[in-house]
Amino acid sequence: MEETVKVICITCPKGCTLDVTREGETIVKVANGCKRGHEYVRAELTDPRRMVATTVRVRGGIHPLLPIATSAPFPKPRIPELLAEIRKLEIEAPVTMGQVVLSNALGTGIDLIASRDMQSDSAHT
Amino acid sequence: MIKDRYDVVIIGSGPGGLAAAITARQNGAQDVLIIERDLEPGGILLQCIHNGFGVEIFKQDLPGPSYAQRFINEAKSVGVDWLMDTMVLDVTPDRRILAMGKHSGMVEVQAKAVVMAMGCRERTRAQIRLPGARPAGVYTAGTAQRWVNVEGYMPGKQFVILGSGDIGMIMARRLTFEGAKVERVLEIMPYLTGLTRNYVQCLLDNDIPLQLRHTVKRIIGRKRVEAIESVMVDERWQPIPGTEEIIPCDTLLLSVGLIPENELSRKAGVNLDPITGGPFVDDGFQTNVPGIFSAGNVVHVYDLVDWVTEAGRTAGKRAALYAQGKLPPDNKRVQLKAAENVRYVVPHTMNSVSLTEGDVRLQMRVRQPIEEPVWVEVRSGDKLVARKGEPYARPGEMVTMTLTAKHYEDVQHANELTVAVIKR
Repeated sequence: MEETVKVICITCPKGCTLDVTREGETIVKVANGCKRGHEYVRAELTDPRRMVATTVRVRGGIHPLLPIATSAPFPKPRIPELLAEIRKLEIEAPVTMGQVVLSNALGTGIDLIASRDMQSDSAHT
Repeated sequence: MIKDRYDVVIIGSGPGGLAAAITARQNGAQDVLIIERDLEPGGILLQCIHNGFGVEIFKQDLPGPSYAQRFINEAKSVGVDWLMDTMVLDVTPDRRILAMGKHSGMVEVQAKAVVMAMGCRERTRAQIRLPGARPAGVYTAGTAQRWVNVEGYMPGKQFVILGSGDIGMIMARRLTFEGAKVERVLEIMPYLTGLTRNYVQCLLDNDIPLQLRHTVKRIIGRKRVEAIESVMVDERWQPIPGTEEIIPCDTLLLSVGLIPENELSRKAGVNLDPITGGPFVDDGFQTNVPGIFSAGNVVHVYDLVDWVTEAGRTAGKRAALYAQGKLPPDNKRVQLKAAENVRYVVPHTMNSVSLTEGDVRLQMRVRQPIEEPVWVEVRSGDKLVARKGEPYARPGEMVTMTLTAKHYEDVQHANELTVAVIKR
């Protein structure tokens, strides 16, 4: 039994609506959009992922929070679990951009990376 | 140690200011000073912790702070002077700058060239005339963003967001991540004003309902917001009686537009375009005041930080050349005029000589959305100078058109160029 679903592509700022025809788990046809969009649809319908950007507590820094982001798109259904894990963390300043704050988050192989430098408070004049 | 004379002084250290500073140094400015009112450089990017920055310039999808960090590091490596935590109070038409700060005291510097890079501010409750009581709990989305992402405060537990711009939708997701409940996003227009992908990954992903053609009729609560009353509007934004709904919440966020911040430009004698809210500029982002340049959201509000960087680079280069007395003579200025379905064009004027040095990119916004293929046309009188196709044109998305060396002849012979965006 074939069915058609509409999926809005988020790969680029254009935001095309793609018509996806599928039979069970198998995608039969994708109308509209570009090559990257078709790849996105396949992933979105089987294993949806998102980049996750949030903050983590930092001790001794010029700010109380350090912005962090995933090193790759993270499985969407597990994002709440990831956020709960990050809430338990507290890291120590100074921090350098690119530093791994949490490696292999929830066993996914994806790291959480510092989005900026964070000087320690004493070094700040 | 801060000197009292500089080749180029830059006001603001957001992406426009940082790019201008780096490029000014790379183009022969001996000394460059950046003055910033915040404690550290980077501007608003520091609170924009989400991804999506740098796709054009770095071909990478970076968080805002990372995008800023790259330029901060580069500015440090090319060597610029910094004056942080310092507020510029006045800029004179002959480029004397008066500033003050807790640690820097009163500072007066003379610049050969100035780049204004103060960015923009959010529209507030007063500017959209929201009726009702005036309790605590009504904030702009950007203020809430700074509290949540930088300072570590949650401004409330239960939110309504007015405006479907990108900042509003991104904050809706962010607040949900931090444990708040976002009851609703209301948008007065019949369409989404931010990007569709933010609708998907911020609102749909987190089950946050969006209501188009809706606005806030009244704010309820004495000391603190207790609820808002929403209402549907007709084509002329008039409330439709009987469509009111009370939505309980403790916080209302406003994401209702940005305005270039030009108080200092006015003091310096810079003429402002009433449509953009920013200065009238030439193709090097020089204002009507010789030696005073302007870059980024202070000129007009951009969609992408990458284009702010590009504008900063152009302004920084021209400012450095001006400071060295190397700017090509301004032999003939061609006016750039908005024609059919174009609200404004930046720059406002250009010099044909610029096309012998490099491309000139025209940036514009359309008046009406056209959801089918369009032509972007540049004409001199009836003569077609340049034309390119786009699949559609929407007011929320800036349209660009690049003039190159091959257009030199036509531009040189023109007094005025008109720019239109029309159906193909």
